[in-house]
Amino acid sequence: MAKFNKKKSGDMPAISTASLPDIVFMLLFFFMVATVMRQNTLMVENNLPFADQVEKLDKKDLVMYIYAGKPSENYSKQYGTAAKIQLNDKFADVSEIAAFIAAERASKREELVPFLTTALKVDSDANMGLVSDIKKELRKVNALKINYTTKKGSVVGE
Amino acid sequence: MAKRAAPEVNAGSMADIAFLLLIFFLVTTTIETDAGINRKLPPMEDENVQPPTIKKKNIFEVLLNGKDQLLVEDEIMEIKDLRQAAIEFLDNGGDGSCSYCNGKKDSDSSDNPDKAIISLKNERETTYKTYIAVQNELVAAYNVLRDRRAKSQYGISFAEMQANYDDVNWPGNKTKLKEQIEQIKLDYPQKLSEVQ
Repeated sequence: MAKFNKKKSGDMPAISTASLPDIVFMLLFFFMVATVMRQNTLMVENNLPFADQVEKLDKKDLVMYIYAGKPSENYSKQYGTAAKIQLNDKFADVSEIAAFIAAERASKREELVPFLTTALKVDSDANMGLVSDIKKELRKVNALKINYTTKKGSVVGE
Repeated sequence: MAKRAAPEVNAGSMADIAFLLLIFFLVTTTIETDAGINRKLPPMEDENVQPPTIKKKNIFEVLLNGKDQLLVEDEIMEIKDLRQAAIEFLDNGGDGSCSYCNGKKDSDSSDNPDKAIISLKNERETTYKTYIAVQNELVAAYNVLRDRRAKSQYGISFAEMQANYDDVNWPGNKTKLKEQIEQIKLDYPQKLSEVQ
């Protein structure tokens, strides 16, 4: 029995926390690598609709983003509650889309211009009138590749 | 002069600093959603060109009104039934020229998948959410048919074929795979027209 009693004597040794920084650093590096900094500050509500037949948008540098939706709370006093378009960091009118596309095209290398895709990030409660206007403008400037950005999920049961 | 060992720096607060950074990145991280439904807009039409005449039976009319109600071929329909209805229309094969169609061969529905056109019309008041749901169901109908065709021809689904094509480590012959994918796309071409 003496053999088993041996360990009973003495206090519990403190758990070494020497490897705690290593663990935390590991998490830190994961988040640093996984983080994508937002290019634009959102000024509109952007609750994307759901769809399940989605394709991934790769080559992030070849994507132009057009946001649309109701102005978010901070701006609703100034701009009202009707859905608006946001280009880069400010609200824009439908007629400004052509200039925006031209500027985006000018900033890319010439041979990449045909591969540019326009991603429409539209709030799910926006109405189609606005989206139709955007699409019409895009057709005018011949930016025909578009992507309706959605969240992945079932359409029927949200 | 006596050589003294450099005193050890206390690293006890390293964890705190790391935590601080960690929390900063945790808070600022937004997992970007960059997936969606790809579409190609039609180019601006030339006013002199006459639109081709298409038989009415080859057009599958989908109307979405301002109250988000769906009218398909003059009948009110729920979104959940749209996929099946679209599949039945596309897969009908009325004129018998489509050897791989499993449809009912109804003479009042589409002639073959190549001629079948889905026409989607929405009003300005339609919400975007519903519009995307309808788009999604119509794309799904094409995908179901392409999957079935791919399974019967090559034994794997169309989605898998596309995944293989994009996969850098896939060992098979990519040129051949590309041809097969194109062939299936031709068998069930996506003809989705939107009324402006």
